Amino acid sequence: MPESEALHASHHLEYPYSRSVGPVIGAFLTGLRDGKLFGVRSPGGSVIVPPTEYDPTTGEDTGEMVEVGPGGAVESWAWVSDPRPKHPLSRPFAWALIRLDGADTALLHVVDSGGPDALATGDRVTVRFRPAAERIGAMADIESFVPEAATGGSAR
Amino acid sequence: MSPARSVRPVAVASFAQAPNLRRDDQHNEVEMLMPVIAEVFGNIGITKDDVDFICSGSTDYLIGGPFSFVTALDAVGVWPPRAESHVEMDGAWALYEAWVLLQEGVIDAALVYAFGRSSLGNLNEILAVQLDPYYLAPLWPDPVSLAALQARALIDAGRGSEDEFAAIAARSRKDALGNPKAQVAKDQTVATLLEDPYVVSPLRRHALPPITDGAAAIVLAAGDKARQWAPNPVWITGMDHRMETHALGARDLTSSPSTAAAAAAAGVADGPVDVAEIHAPYASQEIIVREALGLDGSVTVNPSGGPLAANPIMSAGLIRIGEAANRIASGQARRAVAHATSGPCLQQNLVCVLEGE
Amino acid sequence: MSDETTDGPSGPVTTLATPIRLDFDFTPGVAQSRFLRGLEQGKFMGQRCSVCGKVYVPSRGSCPTDGVPTTEDVELANKGTITTYCVVNVPFAGQSIEIPYICAQVLLDGANLSFMGLIQEIPTDEIRMGMRVEAVWVEPDQLTPSLASVRYFRPNGEPDADYDTYKEYL
Repeated sequence: MPESEALHASHHLEYPYSRSVGPVIGAFLTGLRDGKLFGVRSPGGSVIVPPTEYDPTTGEDTGEMVEVGPGGAVESWAWVSDPRPKHPLSRPFAWALIRLDGADTALLHVVDSGGPDALATGDRVTVRFRPAAERIGAMADIESFVPEAATGGSAR
Repeated sequence: MSPARSVRPVAVASFAQAPNLRRDDQHNEVEMLMPVIAEVFGNIGITKDDVDFICSGSTDYLIGGPFSFVTALDAVGVWPPRAESHVEMDGAWALYEAWVLLQEGVIDAALVYAFGRSSLGNLNEILAVQLDPYYLAPLWPDPVSLAALQARALIDAGRGSEDEFAAIAARSRKDALGNPKAQVAKDQTVATLLEDPYVVSPLRRHALPPITDGAAAIVLAAGDKARQWAPNPVWITGMDHRMETHALGARDLTSSPSTAAAAAAAGVADGPVDVAEIHAPYASQEIIVREALGLDGSVTVNPSGGPLAANPIMSAGLIRIGEAANRIASGQARRAVAHATSGPCLQQNLVCVLEGE
Repeated sequence: MSDETTDGPSGPVTTLATPIRLDFDFTPGVAQSRFLRGLEQGKFMGQRCSVCGKVYVPSRGSCPTDGVPTTEDVELANKGTITTYCVVNVPFAGQSIEIPYICAQVLLDGANLSFMGLIQEIPTDEIRMGMRVEAVWVEPDQLTPSLASVRYFRPNGEPDADYDTYKEYL
């Protein structure tokens, strides 16, 4: 009996969470389902994207929803040449913090630029939504962002 | 007087850690912890009956099973029932909780421990689950990717470079050669390291922490008890922790205001700092934390090798406190700062200021 | 939330499904491995504490009272006493045993710790504390280092154990 051989067993944890989203996150997700991007205005005047119920800096309750994007600027990015199984894209892509037009905070998503040399901080990108029939009101409704130059302008 | 400054003298009386391994598939968590706890007590000749309180830091998500932190108490032996607590955090925060009770005079001595086997699961996915569940977690961004976004922002701001990241990695792993508990210890040139491919640009393999199974323990004691037990008690003069927003895109990732606030409250700047043990798992983050702590070039950073040499999740922050305390206890430093972090891109930070007798 | 932000046919989004799945490769460590290897041989293996003398099964490698390593292996009998039980009537997702079924704490002869087992071959209204049971194992060629090697426990015909022999284990 090879006691020196370590026993091992695979197991997994699985949680089928279904979360109530409330009116603020709900409005953003509803917007995604409808092919639009929204932020929320804070009492100090900033537009927070994605929207939170409170201003992340001051803690004050946020107010009305404001449409933002569909284009924006890359604030930071990181190239993934070897995507992991749960990443949004299975081909190489860039993570990016994107400051959408009209927003004062950045949205984390991915940019499908084709290669790391095709992207730089400050580049303009625009959202590429999935087809309407596939959108359900979740972050995955956005397939990715793409360099605006590649689309010849903003695209829905 | 800030609540972050010690009113009652409380000291690190003893510190011990397990060997830091890529994968310990021979021992369970209890078996990993028993020698560490035996050592932390044995160093100063006390037993579990000499401490009034036990506090631990760990997360069940590493083992994928519930109440692993309860079964870990078997390593201490808790009958008759003992006063104990647990934080789903790095052990540095468990130490903070014990320190608060010591400050309040509710207890006179505490055992603090932390443990975790990162090798059992997929750490990149486990840590993604701690993110905002509506906007971030569904994209499953791993901690390397998030640290890479932070690193690029630092480069774009002109406050860091790939060369500097490599220099930090080279220094850390070379210093680790002097640490018998280090997992990754070697002497390599910056030029060699810069040949590493990117894992997630702009971070190359050397800028990342290793994956580590490990455990650590510290005994805290107040006043005369500390002097009675430890030949060289190391006094905590101040400690504080702060957290930034969960909304990643609302943060300035190139700075660490929570570290700066905690450092100010804990009194880092009250005197010269000889040594800083900084829990920056990514080389790029050391630059940010160093700046936030207000440390100049005279400070020795991570003489233990730091988290780039061994990064046992849940223990690495507690180990920074222990390593800093050891430098003072051995006479190599007079005053030190230890830092611990949690969450994506340095979201939550703890700062502890330590002084010798 | 005002209506003009949603011009789709459905109403506002109110819930978000966020399923999580994490995969693990678990290794049990020294003491639990001894217990599992014992099961592979059709035996219950426990460990004794050198300080208090108690025998724990399954062992996690330490005496929970004294906090010292338990290094002495002890083979336990294939029979024991039911200290307490419950009759499960509640259906749940993933249930593989037909309800109602009996789930009991079994204190093996020689052990100082009871563990949970499935009880079969007895009507659910006849189960009682103190009942003497024995383990029914799978066929020898189906033994594995897991609790699946034990099919269930059944009454072994011995007279019920005296309450005094197990009252410390309730």
